[in-house]
Amino acid sequence: MREIVVVSGKGGAGKTSLTGAFAALAEKAVLCDLDVDAPDLHILLRPKKRFTEDFVSGFEAHIVPEACVGCGVCADMCRYGAIVFADGGRFAVSPLRCEGCGVCEAFCSEKAARMIPRHCGEWYVSDSRFGTMVHARLFPGSENSGKLVSLLKRQAKEIAEKEGASLVLSDGAPGIGCPVISSLSGVSLAVAVTEPTPSGIHDLERVLGLCAHFRIPAAVVINKWDLNPEASQAIEEMARARGHLAAGRLPFDPLVTRTMAMGQVLPEAPPCPFTDEVAAIWKRIEEYAGALRREKA
Amino acid sequence: MIVSIASGKGGAGKTTVSAALAAVWDGPLAAVDLDVEEPNLHLFLHPEIASETPAYLEIPVIDEEKCDLCRACVDLCRFKALAMFGDTLMPFPDMCHGCGGCMAICPQKAISPGKRELGTVLRGLIRDSGGAGRSIGYLAGRLRVGEAMSPPLMRQVKEELTRLLETAPMDAVLDAPPGVSCPAVCAVMDSEFILLVTEPTPFGLHDFSLAFEAFAPLKKPMGAVINRAGIGDAPVAEFCRDNGLPVLAEIPYDRAVAEGYARGRTAVEANPALGPVFAGVISAMRAAVAKMAAKEAPCAR
Repeated sequence: MREIVVVSGKGGAGKTSLTGAFAALAEKAVLCDLDVDAPDLHILLRPKKRFTEDFVSGFEAHIVPEACVGCGVCADMCRYGAIVFADGGRFAVSPLRCEGCGVCEAFCSEKAARMIPRHCGEWYVSDSRFGTMVHARLFPGSENSGKLVSLLKRQAKEIAEKEGASLVLSDGAPGIGCPVISSLSGVSLAVAVTEPTPSGIHDLERVLGLCAHFRIPAAVVINKWDLNPEASQAIEEMARARGHLAAGRLPFDPLVTRTMAMGQVLPEAPPCPFTDEVAAIWKRIEEYAGALRREKA
Repeated sequence: MIVSIASGKGGAGKTTVSAALAAVWDGPLAAVDLDVEEPNLHLFLHPEIASETPAYLEIPVIDEEKCDLCRACVDLCRFKALAMFGDTLMPFPDMCHGCGGCMAICPQKAISPGKRELGTVLRGLIRDSGGAGRSIGYLAGRLRVGEAMSPPLMRQVKEELTRLLETAPMDAVLDAPPGVSCPAVCAVMDSEFILLVTEPTPFGLHDFSLAFEAFAPLKKPMGAVINRAGIGDAPVAEFCRDNGLPVLAEIPYDRAVAEGYARGRTAVEANPALGPVFAGVISAMRAAVAKMAAKEAPCAR
């Protein structure tokens, strides 16, 4: 089974629009939205939920007011500044700052601090017009996005095996931190979408560095290439020099926003040079993933 | 006044807005890049970097001579950063959140502080291109490639800002990371105003509503900037009206600004007419912060 994840470093480069397009072009795939923090793939795929599960992960401290004697040991020991002085000479927890480490609970002589499991979000298995979709919603302000990403990947792989799908295609998160590291773990190929702007290039270099760190092969797609043709050229040269596939480039085109507004993916738009190029890019990526596989075997 | 520039969706224009605000700011300012995973503000503000120092997280180092395998640390650690294999205690430094619990609980004092590099903290100065001789302080964090946790580094950048604000009175503009989970909340939670940047596309509106839901409980004054107005027709302005969120500026989509951005120019440099627009955003934020302060003052007394 192959796993392809679309990443970018910089947000807004076009990850979700491309993932949606690839979902329509792929033969048989299970689709997965790993941007659990701000998921958008469902806007294009309009999935119907088959089932919903709670995502409970990590802990949050709670201080029982009646049991607190106000000694302040917890506040002194908390390294996150999450214990605040409350009314009546007692202490309380500021949930947004609490890391869930349990130090307050371990050192409270009165057993007033208690750790309670955190309900961080929900995850779903759904049906979309391009196949089964696994996605989630982390509650705003929640943490443990990396663990939720791992859970979704595990589910998607199990479903793909059951359904006889040979591909798990995932939309990744921006950045290079915890959810992105989880989304890259063990994948066959990362598709890095970028744009020829200083931030696009800067962030691409960092996300390619992350792929190299975890020895994940990468293919680079340049979106809005016409904003700066020289920079686009430089990106392709950089990608090739680092041993990645330069999979193609797309111009800035209002078609992307228009199809998004209709809840459609690009291959559903009337054929034009832009949609042809999207299809050609997917073909190059599939061939590259196939070649990597043969190389590995 | 400390303002943070946030958005649910990446690429909505946080850095564009942060850089434009810095360019027209009406007094002493620190520009702070808290998007430590992908810091970009320097690409538009061109600071002279005075120092770049590594930032660390305190992690456990075990003295096997002293460890009597009592398991107290393993039982306490909720991040699986310590595990017992047979008669060996093994640390997993990448899993550690730096809570210090293992060191405090060890009866044999067998655990001492070591460190994991989170990335670096940068300090610098931006010389004002306007020629007014005004300079802007610059602070940023840069997460080490391969490091998973950004909030500990962001906290160290914020501590650096606190120190800077103690040296001289100034305002601060914080460029926050995208998203609405722990890193984004960590970035905005100590600011006095949250400016949300969005674009009128379905993705923009969806992530904007998530950001509003995440930040509204912080009960701070908020406002919106609608970037690339005209690029889509998602009802962002209606969402703002329905939720009592003032729209402080609408920046029309302009190919010249997009091409300027692609060449490292701020929106104000690419289109000088935007200067007064961003100046208006600054006055509106000042007014909202002053109003909030007036409302809170009686309670403080």
